[in-house]
Amino acid sequence: MATIDAAPPVSRRRSVWSTVLRNPSVLFGGSIALIMLIIAILAPFLDTRDPAEINPSARNQKPGYTATVRDDEGKRIQVKYHLGTDSLGRDIYSRVIYGARVSLIVGITVAVIAVFVGLIIGMIAGYVRWLDSIIMRFMDGLMAIPEILLAIALVSLSRAGLPAVVIAIVIPQVPRVVRLVRSVVLSIREEPYVESAITVGTPTPTLLFRHVLPNTTAPLIVQGTFICASAILVEAILSFLGIGIPPEVPTWGNIMAEGRTYFRILPHNILYPGIALALAVLAINMLGDGLRDTLDPRFAKRF
Amino acid sequence: MQEVLTGMTEPVLSVRNLTVRLPGGADRENAIEGISFDIGPREIVCIVGESGSGKSVTAQAVMGLLPKRDLVVTAGETLLQGEDTTKAGIHRLRALRGTRMGMIFQEPMTALNPVQRVGQQIAEVLEIHTKLSGTEQRQRVLDIMKAVHLPDPELMIDAYPHQLSGGQRQRIMIAAALILDPALLIADEPTTALDVTTQAQILRLIKEMQSRRNTGVMFITHDFGVVSEIADRVVVMQRGRVVEQGTRDEVLRRPREAYTKMLVAAVPSLVPPKRAPVEGKLALEAKKLSKIYGRRTFLNRKARIVKAAQDVNFHICKGETLGIVGESGSGKTTVARCIARLIEPSEGEILIEGANVAHLPERDLRPYRRDIQIVFQDPYRSLNPRRTVGQSIIEGPVNFGMTREKAVGKARELMQLVGLSPDALDRYPHQFSGGQRQRICIARALAMGPTLLIADEAVSALDVSVQAQVLELLDNIRKQFDLAVLFITHDLRVAAQICDRIAVMKNGVVVEHGTTADVFRSPQHEYTKALFDAAPGRDFGVQQSVA
Repeated sequence: MATIDAAPPVSRRRSVWSTVLRNPSVLFGGSIALIMLIIAILAPFLDTRDPAEINPSARNQKPGYTATVRDDEGKRIQVKYHLGTDSLGRDIYSRVIYGARVSLIVGITVAVIAVFVGLIIGMIAGYVRWLDSIIMRFMDGLMAIPEILLAIALVSLSRAGLPAVVIAIVIPQVPRVVRLVRSVVLSIREEPYVESAITVGTPTPTLLFRHVLPNTTAPLIVQGTFICASAILVEAILSFLGIGIPPEVPTWGNIMAEGRTYFRILPHNILYPGIALALAVLAINMLGDGLRDTLDPRFAKRF
Repeated sequence: MQEVLTGMTEPVLSVRNLTVRLPGGADRENAIEGISFDIGPREIVCIVGESGSGKSVTAQAVMGLLPKRDLVVTAGETLLQGEDTTKAGIHRLRALRGTRMGMIFQEPMTALNPVQRVGQQIAEVLEIHTKLSGTEQRQRVLDIMKAVHLPDPELMIDAYPHQLSGGQRQRIMIAAALILDPALLIADEPTTALDVTTQAQILRLIKEMQSRRNTGVMFITHDFGVVSEIADRVVVMQRGRVVEQGTRDEVLRRPREAYTKMLVAAVPSLVPPKRAPVEGKLALEAKKLSKIYGRRTFLNRKARIVKAAQDVNFHICKGETLGIVGESGSGKTTVARCIARLIEPSEGEILIEGANVAHLPERDLRPYRRDIQIVFQDPYRSLNPRRTVGQSIIEGPVNFGMTREKAVGKARELMQLVGLSPDALDRYPHQFSGGQRQRICIARALAMGPTLLIADEAVSALDVSVQAQVLELLDNIRKQFDLAVLFITHDLRVAAQICDRIAVMKNGVVVEHGTTADVFRSPQHEYTKALFDAAPGRDFGVQQSVA
């Protein structure tokens, strides 16, 4: 009978990832994001001091200031403040490095939680017809409130802290994910292969996970990176406004809030955390752009 | 405009030894290789071939529309009235398009700009190429709209594309292509997306326009019915090469090359073969089936109601093929989807062995899912691209409690049965051709052990030669498994060959129902008669079956 002149089975996955890794935005954004992640993890070993340590004799010093302090055993040692100190004499360099930890934790947890919650709600909205309009009107309502305003309102409902900030940033992001997932589900559920699965008696939950869910992976990875970048930014805004993470915890927003008073004389207090923040957001957004262009070419250059 | 043409005239288009290279990694080196043909004034030359044969690339090369980086003309020339278009620069090409060559496309929906009035879109050609004033332009547009027989040009000139039907849009396209009387008209599958009755009108229009205006026409098609209706000469292409060319009668009636013979033989005849009446057990019965969309709801009291199917009655016996034919929007697919219970009918009964499954909820429906299986039209979308064909085939049996090992064993047998290698089970759908995928879909349906197989336009997207093979396969499995087949199609030729009985649908209603032989020999309903009259190349099929 007829023979198959089809190509030998190749791993689709490998070919997709090799094109992804060849994209310049992915390479550039990804490597900067990766370096930041490594810096955050290795923060204690990068010639840093305790970021909360106060040195009253070395307040408001310019970058490169060297002071003599006593270490834990009481010996006198020379300390160099690479990026200067703030008005309490805390080391800006250490605070910026440790600040990466908070920013990345917030960015990544917000992205993961928002994508996960949005995925489940979106699948339900896309597949259960009668729930669709109820869920989507609720999501429209959430989206009508400006992201930051909503986050501020949510944070002020509870005691400031990392979990509260994460939840406050997640909630405004969820509707975006829901919309995305719902639209994918709506278009995929009409595909003949999904209808074939219905006629061969595949139960609905299996149908969703086996045939519909995999189609959402690529757009969700892309959306997840954008959410991550936006979450880092919103966290910094909340901290800057003094309603986010408590001021003693080093976050980029907190450092900038602290440095605001003496900005005219000591611009480095705002400059360095600002550069770190801008670089992080830029890198992650570039990574997202590159991923979108390669994983999801249909949406390339549409936003 | 009428001129007496002498026998020897300069060809309008002369393609000489044209070769276009494909980008690396394609299945062959050149998209088209050393092809040559001429098109004279007032001549319609049909370029026929299966998908991937290079027909459209030829047209694009002539128009200078080849995607710059991917497809490159490496040899040969396309002489449009003596001027080589492959060497012309952008500006020269722009000047030639519209004035000396015009083109119409397959999809009249997408070829027109949805946010511009159709009159403006025709006038655009005049704006670019002439110095006519606004009123003169409008007059010219009205004239050409009248010439392509658009009703009420005065009104229609200010309409938007969505307000027109598919056939009217194609007329607009033709008007825009012909308004400056180009010497050459390139028509790339211009009627493929249209219904038969509309297709017949458009073919007549193209013929009329071209003979009145002395246009040479390069008509690209895969449909031999259309070829026999319209062509003066035929160029047959296969895998980028010209296999055979000659006058219509030479190629269609006395093909020389084996490939042409095969293609011509694969075209189903319009004359149904003799069939013994089937006397099997009743497999399925549909009674008073209706599907109405757009129910009035509490919030929307004035919702538009669409009666997609209305009072449809039929039965199918085991071992029998019932055809439902009709044009787009006739409700044939709605009926198929109701029967497969992909949608719930609004009213009526679907009886399987005496049980009414029309309104069962999904849970109670499940045992009956095995009985009815469906094969869809689009082979590229009917298989999940992320799952191996083996996984797709065993999904159903495993759902109903078969062990994986047993299901895989059965899948191997079925692959053999549908003419594929059992070792291909762990490949992905993208590694198969359209015809092979359709075979896999049939195997998936058979794995469930159905009593009724619905083929919803299952061969419509396939090339004729592949279509013939898949039809044969369908017929074989029907015999082997004593299957009842519900065959949904718009193609009368296919219906004539495979169906025992035929139901003709129009606007959601079955207008005629009878044995295939009766319906084809003496259609009763006006609509059925119109449908048969419109079928392109009717004499072609008849003579072929007589020969």
